[in-house]
Amino acid sequence: MSESNTSKSMTHGEAGLMLVFSISALLCLFAAAKALDTAFAFHASLASAASLWAVFAIVNRYFDRPASLPAREINGRPNYNMGPIKFSAAMSVFWGIAGFAVGLLIAAQLAWPALNFDLQWTSFGRLRPLHTSAVIFAFGGNVLIATSFYVVQKTCRTRLAGDLAPWFVVIGYNVFILIAGTGYLLGVTQSKEYAEPEWYADLWLTIVWVVYLLVFLVTIIKRKEPHIFVANWFYLAFIVTIAVLHLGNNPALPVSVFGSKSYIAWGGVQDAMFQWWYGHNAVGFFLTAGFLAIMYYFIPKRAERPVYSYRLSIIHFWAIIFLYIWAGPHHLHYTALPDWAQTLGMTFSIMLWMPSWGGMINGLMTLSGAWDKLRTDPVLRMLVVSVAFYGMATFEGPLMSIKVVNSLSHYTDWTIGHVHAGALGWVGFVSFGALYCLVPWLWDRKGLYSLKLVNWHFWIATIGIVLYISAMWVSGILQGLMWRAYTSLGFLEYSFIETVEAMHPFYIIRAAGGALFLIGSLIMAYNLWMTVRLGEAEVQSPVALQPAE
Amino acid sequence: MTEHSDIDRVSGRSTTGHEWDSIKELNTPLPRWWVITFYATILWAIGYWIVYPAWPLLWSHTTGIWNYSTRAEVATELANLQKVRGDKMVALGAAPLAEIAKDPALLALARASGKTVFGDNCAPCHGTGGAGAKGYPNLNDDEWLWGGSLDQIMQTIQFGARSGHPKAHESAMLAFGKEGVLKKDQIVTVANYVRSLSGLPTSPGYDASAGAKIFADNCTSCHGDNGKGNQELGAPDLTDKIWLYGSDEVTLVETISNGRAGVMPAWVGRLDPSTIKALTVYVHSLGGGK
Repeated sequence: MSESNTSKSMTHGEAGLMLVFSISALLCLFAAAKALDTAFAFHASLASAASLWAVFAIVNRYFDRPASLPAREINGRPNYNMGPIKFSAAMSVFWGIAGFAVGLLIAAQLAWPALNFDLQWTSFGRLRPLHTSAVIFAFGGNVLIATSFYVVQKTCRTRLAGDLAPWFVVIGYNVFILIAGTGYLLGVTQSKEYAEPEWYADLWLTIVWVVYLLVFLVTIIKRKEPHIFVANWFYLAFIVTIAVLHLGNNPALPVSVFGSKSYIAWGGVQDAMFQWWYGHNAVGFFLTAGFLAIMYYFIPKRAERPVYSYRLSIIHFWAIIFLYIWAGPHHLHYTALPDWAQTLGMTFSIMLWMPSWGGMINGLMTLSGAWDKLRTDPVLRMLVVSVAFYGMATFEGPLMSIKVVNSLSHYTDWTIGHVHAGALGWVGFVSFGALYCLVPWLWDRKGLYSLKLVNWHFWIATIGIVLYISAMWVSGILQGLMWRAYTSLGFLEYSFIETVEAMHPFYIIRAAGGALFLIGSLIMAYNLWMTVRLGEAEVQSPVALQPAE
Repeated sequence: MTEHSDIDRVSGRSTTGHEWDSIKELNTPLPRWWVITFYATILWAIGYWIVYPAWPLLWSHTTGIWNYSTRAEVATELANLQKVRGDKMVALGAAPLAEIAKDPALLALARASGKTVFGDNCAPCHGTGGAGAKGYPNLNDDEWLWGGSLDQIMQTIQFGARSGHPKAHESAMLAFGKEGVLKKDQIVTVANYVRSLSGLPTSPGYDASAGAKIFADNCTSCHGDNGKGNQELGAPDLTDKIWLYGSDEVTLVETISNGRAGVMPAWVGRLDPSTIKALTVYVHSLGGGK
């Protein structure tokens, strides 16, 4: 560390990445010039500009840094790498608000179609995937990357692997989000739910995701703890399975390497089967396994209590991994999918009930001996209520996968309500709880700017969720019953437009619920911003942590 | 699992002895109810596999002891439907329009079928109950632009109005203002005259005789001397207090100035002949059929 700047030289990573990004900047510029459609030209220009920026950023960083790279340990204490985590945490708040706002707009469009404004870019069909991808992949994804990089360092007691690699992951992932999101607005889509981005965005995500896997895996391999903490099993399962799902669902042949349009390799019912194997396990491994990892670290940490049952965590982990992957066909009941595949999808969903609840039991029971903290700590309350919503959604899911129930619920708003019980209640609240913990830790603050504001966020958002899901239950079941009502002569009792009329009041209630949820998240953003700006700095203890036995 | 000496004071349970970032784990056994329920769901699944088609084999799949298949279920339901309707749908297609009302079973089928077709195709403009909206006629009253007999209704449904079909009703309300036939003050005057035809109050200073003259010179050729309209031309009755676009002076001035030419699509070719027949019977039965 005392070496002078004269011995400073570029690492292989810095030099290599600069070379790669220089070539990429040129290639993308060439692709932009040759582009067959304007959306592709726009995306190629964007990629070229981002590559150029990356080259300059690497050079700048090189000139600013000391000769040697940051030490993995300082005085026997791990020298944690928090920069990329701060970036990802901030991005998650930004994308969350953007995603919730678009969700509110499309909810209002369903109640008042004039809000489509008769413009292609603001039509429901384009904004809907923008909403789902923004909340799942942009908000949820950044929360997962931020918390996984934090948790893996803390529970392995070692610095995050790689120097530029963690930055490549967080920035690269957000560039993917930018390409995907602007693509939806411009009408670029391969029309596969939750997998709408076209081939070039998919390829870029593949590269980013492999680097993510490597950073996470190498950090675990370099751990200073004898065992791997349960949260890291779940993070690893999430990262590995998402990679497999992404590759399985997205093989496509571009019409031209200079155009955005491509055709998926799968066709017909096989394509549908791949799509819902992917779609359901995006729920299972992105929105369940990933966020269970968050729960397994942040709830014990915040409650200052041990995890309830180690044995339950092992059994329910492996049961989830084994059973979830089969459940996709329940999205294709009563379709061209063969009956036997529908049976397997349904029965595996039923068997999944208890393994899912294993996570809920472990989350809630970890509170034993600390229940009183729910009165005084709204952050812990948010985390615990998220687990309650998780339990509710993972009971409702198997219920809806039963064919007779599904024949009523499928294609109705009940499904939308179910998804949002999980998305707003579970994923949203556990993410908010984690961010409320994480931001003071990352920016070395003693605590949050205001617990009172957290309390406001909690109650406003909770009322919003209750309005949302109860409106969708009523409207979904009403809709399902109206669709299946026949006259004695075998004609449909209600026309489609009559069911649309019947939905109208519930769509207004749903939009109101969404508005409350959005207001809650704005309160959170303000609170976190003030924590970073004005929060009282925490003095780091000078004593090195003792390693655990 | 080996017991550790590290005991959690609150629960009295030992921990696993691991610790990560000050998080420990308790050695709690699996909750009994959880294990039992988990096994129960597995047993239920196995039972379901025995009964229903479940596992793929090399060239086929297990069919289950109940021999269930979705295709067979659809076939049964279609057969049941056939039992309910019998060959009445064929009879409906063959029956002359005027004969349908004489057979109660046929009439019921035509109205039930027509109602469904109406909901899917006509309701977006005419409303689910056929009550209409501004510019879209109410089908429940006995005022008909192009005639309310079964044959006239069927003709309108088949070919529409100003739909582009060669047999469509073509005539339209002229744009007396835009075309320069009438001046603004003349339009206001005749609008008041039209209001007076159905007993609506007129604005102060309105010259009744001037209004009558403008009407006689410009409107009677279609709407008739007494404003009773003409179904041959789709010219509405102006005396019956039923208004397609509105009866207030501003709306009437707009109608007279710019004309009106609402479009009813032609359904021939989009709906099959027996469906159009059923739809005709349904619309005729809404309240105003002649």
